Amino acid sequence: MDFTKSPKIDQVGLVERAARFKTRSIKKDAKIQGLKMALSMIDLTTLEGKDTEGKVKQLCYKAMHPDDRLDVPTVAAICVYPNYVAIAKKTLGASGVKVASVATAFPSGNSNLTVKLEDVKMAIDAGADEIDMVISRGKFHQGEYQFVYDEIATIKEACGTSRLKVILETGELGAADNVRRASDIAIHAGADFIKTSTGKISPAATMPVTLLMLEAIKDHYLKTGKMVGMKPAGGISDSKTALQFLVMLRETLGNNWLTNEWFRFGASRLTNDILLQLKKQATGIYQSGDYFSKD
Amino acid sequence: MNIELIMAKENAFSLKFDTDWQYAPAPESSDHVEIKARYDLFIGGKFVQPNSKKYFNSINPATEAIVCEIAEANEQDVDDAVKAARKAFPAWTKIGGKERGKYLFRIARLIQERAREFSVIESIDGGKPIRESRDIDIPLAAAHFFYYAGWADKLEYAFPNRKVEPLGVAGQIIPWNFPLLMAAWKIAPALACGNCVVLKPAETTSVTAMKLAELIKDAGLPDGVVNIVTGAGKTGAAIVNHKDVNKIAFTGSTQVGKSIQKSIAGTGKKTTLELGGKAANIIFEDAPIDQAVEGVINGIFFNQGHVCCAGSRLFVQESVKDEVIQKLKIRLETLILGDPMDKNTDIGAINSKEQLKTITDYIKIGEQEGFEKFQANVAIPKKGYFCAPTLFLDVAQSSRLAQEEIFGPVLAIQTFRTVDEAIEKANNTPYGLSAGVWTDKGSKAFNMAAQLKAGVIWANTFNKFDPTSPFGGFKESGFGREGGMHGLAAYLKVS
Repeated sequence: MDFTKSPKIDQVGLVERAARFKTRSIKKDAKIQGLKMALSMIDLTTLEGKDTEGKVKQLCYKAMHPDDRLDVPTVAAICVYPNYVAIAKKTLGASGVKVASVATAFPSGNSNLTVKLEDVKMAIDAGADEIDMVISRGKFHQGEYQFVYDEIATIKEACGTSRLKVILETGELGAADNVRRASDIAIHAGADFIKTSTGKISPAATMPVTLLMLEAIKDHYLKTGKMVGMKPAGGISDSKTALQFLVMLRETLGNNWLTNEWFRFGASRLTNDILLQLKKQATGIYQSGDYFSKD
Repeated sequence: MNIELIMAKENAFSLKFDTDWQYAPAPESSDHVEIKARYDLFIGGKFVQPNSKKYFNSINPATEAIVCEIAEANEQDVDDAVKAARKAFPAWTKIGGKERGKYLFRIARLIQERAREFSVIESIDGGKPIRESRDIDIPLAAAHFFYYAGWADKLEYAFPNRKVEPLGVAGQIIPWNFPLLMAAWKIAPALACGNCVVLKPAETTSVTAMKLAELIKDAGLPDGVVNIVTGAGKTGAAIVNHKDVNKIAFTGSTQVGKSIQKSIAGTGKKTTLELGGKAANIIFEDAPIDQAVEGVINGIFFNQGHVCCAGSRLFVQESVKDEVIQKLKIRLETLILGDPMDKNTDIGAINSKEQLKTITDYIKIGEQEGFEKFQANVAIPKKGYFCAPTLFLDVAQSSRLAQEEIFGPVLAIQTFRTVDEAIEKANNTPYGLSAGVWTDKGSKAFNMAAQLKAGVIWANTFNKFDPTSPFGGFKESGFGREGGMHGLAAYLKVS
């Protein structure tokens, strides 16, 4: 497959189209439904050097019980480093909340395949349902697309039945054409999801970059009938933005993708803003942040 | 092509947009808007009843309800308006560009302040979606006043070492597709250059023009500098044929444009005509396809296709034809047609019953000519004038669909093989207002721009308007330019 022949993207038109989704007005029932859907799609994330078992346990509880006073779903998954997969898995039990683990020398991806595979194996053995890998951006910039492809394909094989999310780190790829090319590489190499960012680099999940990745997914589906999921991650912190992403998803890929099987938000702060908005819809009053648990 | 792809083509996987998550109605409120039951003529700074004693109804095309009554100006009324303009002219010229600029800035700011009211009325009276009147029509109208306000005291710099003088009284006749915006296009440069105007809005969309008259009065513009007379073709003809009018600026159909030119031949009246179009939107195989598809959609369905520069002919290179058409069809599924006042509406109402008939007649012609028709799967409201977005595939160059201006949401899709063929087909039309080129290759875009006979050529975009950019046509699309510095020349005697 010649990835240099990936479709070209016009950045100006892309930004314009993405902005158009923001003009949709989502009110009343549509808003409540949208907010609950967004909540159910969150990969509640903690990826810090100072993560501890205590922090991860707290996060797991929040994932299962975002707010017991409201009629809300659980989030989709929690996302942690490989060494916290076991404790997360144990805490979450049979709640249905999945455990996603970053791997492959996250966030830089600067290591060799042996180490990356070991990283993945460690997470899988601990019970990870999903693996969030990073691509080798250095190799990508050197034009070694086959290397990037092979690496993803090998990791995919190591994942077994766990689903693989491939992080492109779009903020390091530069031009829109590169993001499209990286999307095509990941999709063809067997990614179950393509994901914008690690959350460590800015810009992260912008609407234009997410749109162009959705379009790559669309093209693949139209040609092969195979669905691939999408995960924008990093920078989506409020309900309004989340709804705008869902509008974009709805009008680009349609009904089949409007589920946490095929769409995720990688976010940590978004959860509480959604709860705040749902509370506002229920009571008519905006409450102080103190009424919502931080973890 | 490998076997997998061939099979994929035959199976044609489809996306489902009939989703479980539906947008709730989000109607823009019209409570804050004041529309009078009846509007008189605006002559000499006053609202006066028409000599004709006649009024006609303005209809909301989305509901067929009567919005208000509009005065019908006869020859006598037009004469009064021209006299008022002539009377105001010497003082208006004499106060100088700096003062005139202040008035124009004031009008621009007032439009911004009342933008919400204007956009709501524009949608009620004309049927265009509130998203467009709010985000495009009204802000652009204000932008035109701002832009020409800036030129008012700098006219000499626009034409270095030349002497510039205003023409006198300008008769301006505008169409119904962008009522307030077209009024701004006409009034702002005319006033900046020191002319006085008699403006006639289209008979189906007079309300925002009369609201503009109120705003102009509030702005304290000297009496008679702007006069607005309402009515149909006869009123327009009275302006065109009036002996004391120095300039006719007309935007509208080619047919009327031709008759205007006939009637003013030999009178010495200066003219600009901005007429019809049948723009070619050309997609090459190396184009950014997703953005091109969006541009085509925007090009033909913006304002229900009631756009003189609408990209109503699509030329797509044969190698990417299937992909482009598939994506156009998919995109059509997500267009929301309905209540123009709903903030989520993409396609509003057709401006009038007559125009709807014209469009449906063309759709019938396309069917009779045997071209494959594809229409968006949208529910057409029971009341009001609506037309589903329509594509005709593999249309022949000799078809009427490819040759005549439809002025509605109907796209004629044709194919080509080479650059030369694209240029030849695109230019093979009596019109020449605009064109669009979609390619990733800069040299190709510039080559096309040099060879396409059209006043405006967009590369990798479409329907972009800006007050600083001149706009106008080749051939039967008219002559003269509006906008930019070129727009000043149309209202000045330069010697």
